[in-house]
Amino acid sequence: MTLWLMAGLLFTPLAWAVLTLLTDFTRGRLVTWGGILVQVLVSLGLWLVVSRDGGFYYALGGWQAPLGIELRVDGLAVTFVLLTAVVASACGFHAGVYIDPDKPWHRYFWPLFWFLWSGLNAVWLGGDLFNLYVGLELISLSAVGLVALGGKAGALRASLRYLLAALLGSLAYLLGVALIYGQFGTLSIAGIVFWLEEHPVPAGSSLALALMVAGLALKTALFPLHRWLPPAHGIAKSPVSALLSALVVKASFYIAARLWLELGEPLGNLAAAQLVGLLGSAAVVWGSWLACRQMELKQVVAYSSVAQIGYLFLLFPLTYSVSESVSLQAQQGITLQVISHALAKAAMFLAAGNLVLSTGSRRVDALTGVSRFLPFSLFSFALAGVSLMSLPPSGGFAAKWLLLQASLGSGQWWWVLVLLVGGLLSAVYVFRICRASFLESPETNQFYHPHRSLEIIPMILALLSLGLGLVSAEVLSVMALPFEEEGSP
Amino acid sequence: MTLNAWIPVFALMTSLIASLVIFALPEKGYRLRTAVNLVAALLKLGLVVVMVRGVFLGVDYGVSFTMVPGVTFVLKADAFSMMFAGLSAVLWLLTTIYAVGYLEDSPNRSRFFGFFSLCVASTMGIALAGNLFTFFLFYEMLTLSTYPLVVHRGTETALKAGRTYLIYTLTGGAVLLLAIAWLHGVAGDLPFREGGHFIDADPDIHRSLILIFMLLVAGLGVKAAIFPLHGWLPQAMVAPAPVSALLHAVAVVKAGAFGIVRVVYDIYGVEASSALGLLEPLSWLAAFTILYASVRALRQVDLKRRLAFSTVSQVSYIILGVSIFGPVAAVGGLVHLLHQGIMKITLFFCAGNYAETLGIHRIDEMDGAGRRMPGTSVAFTIGAFGMIGAPPLAGFITKWTMGSGSLAVNMDWVVVVLVFSSLLNAAYFLPVLYRLWFREAGVTWPHERHWGRLETSAWLYWPPLLTAAMTVMVGVLASLPFSPLSWAELIMLREYAP
Amino acid sequence: MTAPLLYALAGAMLCGIGLFGLLWLSHLLRKLLAFNIMGSGVFLVMVGLPQHQGGPDPVPQALVLTGIVVAIAATALAVVLIRRYYHLSGMTSLEGDPASREGGAE
Repeated sequence: MTLWLMAGLLFTPLAWAVLTLLTDFTRGRLVTWGGILVQVLVSLGLWLVVSRDGGFYYALGGWQAPLGIELRVDGLAVTFVLLTAVVASACGFHAGVYIDPDKPWHRYFWPLFWFLWSGLNAVWLGGDLFNLYVGLELISLSAVGLVALGGKAGALRASLRYLLAALLGSLAYLLGVALIYGQFGTLSIAGIVFWLEEHPVPAGSSLALALMVAGLALKTALFPLHRWLPPAHGIAKSPVSALLSALVVKASFYIAARLWLELGEPLGNLAAAQLVGLLGSAAVVWGSWLACRQMELKQVVAYSSVAQIGYLFLLFPLTYSVSESVSLQAQQGITLQVISHALAKAAMFLAAGNLVLSTGSRRVDALTGVSRFLPFSLFSFALAGVSLMSLPPSGGFAAKWLLLQASLGSGQWWWVLVLLVGGLLSAVYVFRICRASFLESPETNQFYHPHRSLEIIPMILALLSLGLGLVSAEVLSVMALPFEEEGSP
Repeated sequence: MTLNAWIPVFALMTSLIASLVIFALPEKGYRLRTAVNLVAALLKLGLVVVMVRGVFLGVDYGVSFTMVPGVTFVLKADAFSMMFAGLSAVLWLLTTIYAVGYLEDSPNRSRFFGFFSLCVASTMGIALAGNLFTFFLFYEMLTLSTYPLVVHRGTETALKAGRTYLIYTLTGGAVLLLAIAWLHGVAGDLPFREGGHFIDADPDIHRSLILIFMLLVAGLGVKAAIFPLHGWLPQAMVAPAPVSALLHAVAVVKAGAFGIVRVVYDIYGVEASSALGLLEPLSWLAAFTILYASVRALRQVDLKRRLAFSTVSQVSYIILGVSIFGPVAAVGGLVHLLHQGIMKITLFFCAGNYAETLGIHRIDEMDGAGRRMPGTSVAFTIGAFGMIGAPPLAGFITKWTMGSGSLAVNMDWVVVVLVFSSLLNAAYFLPVLYRLWFREAGVTWPHERHWGRLETSAWLYWPPLLTAAMTVMVGVLASLPFSPLSWAELIMLREYAP
Repeated sequence: MTAPLLYALAGAMLCGIGLFGLLWLSHLLRKLLAFNIMGSGVFLVMVGLPQHQGGPDPVPQALVLTGIVVAIAATALAVVLIRRYYHLSGMTSLEGDPASREGGAE
C-alpha cells in the first residue's frame, strides 16, 4: 500500500509532465485534470497512512543512501504534500479556465506545472542535502519557465532576474553542501546530527550552514534579497503567481528551517539567529510599507508576500537556545503561518486575477465600483486578507498567537512589536483595495464578468485559510506524530 | 454532549447562517430576504429567552474545544452574558424591521443585510464567549463586519469615516491581543469566572497584572469610546441610520464596555482589581469622559453627531458604575448597559425617521417637526427625558442606583458628576425638544416624502415607539423579576459572593 | 598544504570570480558564463575536498555528474530566455527601462 502511494506521489507528476508535453493546451488540460485527481487521492492516502501509523524512512527503489535516494516521510512532510495537492489543484483548475488556449506557447504551461509539482514533492520528502538541491533546481527552473509564459518583454525580464537570483541561491546552497560533505562525509541531515553526537564540531562547519541558509534565504526572498520577487510574482499569470507565492518560496524556506532546527543548535550562534530574525522583521515592515504604496493590484499582493515571508524567519531566533516548549510553540506557529499564508495568498492572487480580468486593468484605482459587479471575488480577496492581517479565526491568527506566546515566553519581546505592527500594516494594504472597490463612481459601469468557476476556486481557498484557525490543534497534532527511526543511517 | 450544551451555538448560528443565506440571495429577492431576516431574528430571540430562563434556574449551557494548542474556544451562558445577548436579540429584531423600511430603494441591500447579520452574530459571540481568547475572536469579527456597514454609501466621507474607524479599532485590537497573549503567558488559559482569578495572586506578578490591565482597558476602551479614544464614533455617523442605531446602542460600544466589565469582574475579580489600585483611576477616566463628551455634544449642530457624543458620555456611565467598589453602584452601571441601549436606539431611530421622511439632518431644521410627525416626536421626547434621567424612566433608575451606591461607599464626588452630567444632558436635549414642539414649522421641509395614512412608513414608525414604550416599562416595572434591574442585581449577587 | 585543500581553495577562488562576474557584469550572456564559472568552482570544491582513505571518494563524483546535468538545463533555459528577451526588447541587459512597458490586462 505504502509502496503504491509513494510511487504514485513521486512518479505521476513526472509522467504527466511528459504526457502533457505531447499535447496542445486544451487536451493537456483534460489530461491534467486526471492527474490532479490521482495526486489528490495519493496525497490524501499518504496523509492518512502517516496520521495512523506515524512517519517512516523510505528508500527509493530499494537503493540505500548515499547513492540511493532516501525519503523522510513524517507528519510535517505529508502535511505539506497535502497542502501542495490542495493549492496546486486549485491553481491547475483555475489556470485551465483562465489561461488563453489560443496562444501557442501556453501549451507549455502543463508540463512546467507538473515538473514544479514533482519538485515540490521531492523537497518535502527529501532526506539528504543533495537531493534537496535537485528538487530545488527542478522547482526553480519550472517556476522561471512559468513566469516567462507571460510572453512579453516585461515577463521575460522578470523571469531572467528570477532565474539569476535562483541560480545564485542554489550555488551558494550547493557550496555549503560541498563543505558539509567534506567535513562530515555524509549528506543526510540525520547522519550529520548522528555524527555530531560523537564528535566535536569541526571548524568551518558554521560557514557551511551560513552559506546554505544564505542561499536559501535568497531563494525565499528574505529582505534585503527580495528584489527579484515582486516583479516575477506580479507580472506572471495569476495562477502562476499563486503557485509561486504559495508554494515555491516555501520550499526553500522549508529546507532552511529543517537545517536550522537540526543543525542550528550545534553550528549556529545567537548573533546569527537574531540577525536572521531582524532581517525577517525588516521584511515585514518594509514589505508591507511598499505594498501600501504600489499602484498595481498584483504588485500589492506580491509585496505582501515579501512581508509575510518575513514572519517565517522569526523561526530562527525563537528556536535558538530557548526552552523546549517555547521552541515547539515557535515551530507550530511557523508551520501554521506557512500553511495559512499558502492558502490565503493563493486565494488572493486568484481573486486578484479575476478582478484584473473584470476591470481590464491592473491598476488599483481601476477597481472603483467593482464591489457591486464582482462582490464574490472581492469577498474572497477580503477573506484571504483577514488571514494575512492575522485576525481571528484565521490560520494566520492562530500562527500569530503561537508566535506571540513564544516571543513572550522566551523574553524576546521585541518580536511582539513586529508581529503587531506587521498585522496593522497588512490591514492598511488590504483595506486600501477594499476602499478602492467600495468607492462609487458614475462613469465606470463597464465590467467583464469572468466565468463562475474562476470565482469559486479562490473562495474555497480563502475559506480554508480562514477555517484553519479553528482546527489548528488537529492540524498540528498530525505533525507531532512519532517518527519511527528504523532505516535511519 | 447534551442539547443544552448546543443552545449557545444555535443562538450564534441563527444570525451566522442568516448572513450566509442573505449573501447568496439575489439583490432582487426582497421578500425572501426580509423573511429570512425576521425568522432568524425571532428564532434567536426565542433561544435567548430559553437560555435566560435556564440561567436563572442554574442550568449550564456551554461548549468548548481546543482551538490552538494551549487555548480553548469556549461558548457559555452566564447571567451577565444573557444580559448582553438579550439586549442584542431584542434590538436586532427591531432594527431589522426598521432597516427594511429605511433601505427600501437603496442599492446593495444584500450586502448590507448580510454584514448586518454577521455583525449581530459577532455580538452574540461576544456575549457568549467563555474566555478572553474567544471574546477577542468575536471582538475582531465585529470590527470587520461593521466596516462595510460604515462605508455602505460609498461616498468619500463614508470611506474616510471607515478609515478612521479601522485605524482606531484595529490598533485597539492589536493592543488587546498583546494584553491577552501576555496574560495567557502569565496566568494560563483563564475562563470567565464569577469572582475572578487574582484574589490571592502572587505578589511577583502584581506589576505585570497592573500593566496588562492598563493594556486591556486601552484596547477595549477604543470600542467603548473612552476619552481620548472616542474619535472614531462621531465620524462613523455617516453610516445609514439603522447602523448608527445598532452600532451605538448595541454592538460596538457595548462590546467594549462589556469587555471591560468582564475583565474587572470575571478575570481580575472586583476585590483584586480594587486591591491592585486599578479601579480608582478607571473611575476618574470614566467621569471625565462623561463630562467632556457632554460638553462636546452641546456644540454639535448635526443631530446624529450630537447623539454620538451623548453616546460617548453615556457609555462611560457603565464603566463608572463598575469601577466603584460596591455592589449597588455596580448594579447601576450594569443596568445602564441595557437602559442606554434602549434609549439610544430610540433616539437614533427617530433621527433616522426625520432624515428619511423630511430630509432633516441638522438641529436648526427641526422647527415644528413635532406636529408633522407626532409619533416619532413622542418617542424622541421619551428617549431624551430618559437620557436626562427624569423619573420614572430608564435613565432615572440608572442614575439613582449609581448615586445611592456611590454614597454608600463614600464616593460623594460621583454624585456631583452625575448631577452635572444630567444638567448637561438637559442642556443639549431640551433645546431640541423645544424646537420640535414649540417652534413654528418653515414653509417646506428639505426633502419630504409621503406614505399614505401614517406620518412615515410603517416599518419606520413602529420600532421607535416600541423602544420608547420599553424605556418607560423598564423604569416603571424595575422591581419586577426579570426586569433589567433585578437581573443586574442577580449578577452582582453572584459576583460579590462567589 | 595538502592536495584536497588546494582543490578546495582553487574552487573557492573560481566561485569568487564567478560571483564577481555575476554581480558586476551587465550583459546577460556574460552573467550566464559567470554563473557557469561559479558552478565549476562549486563542483571543484565538491570533488576535491572530501577524500576517502587513500583515494578520491566516489559519491561526490556521482553528485557532480548530476550537478552538471542540472547546470546544463539551467544554462539552456537561460539562453532561450535571453534570446527571446533580446528579440522582444532589443536589450542585452536588465538595467534601464525596457523599451515596451506593458500595461493592460494579462
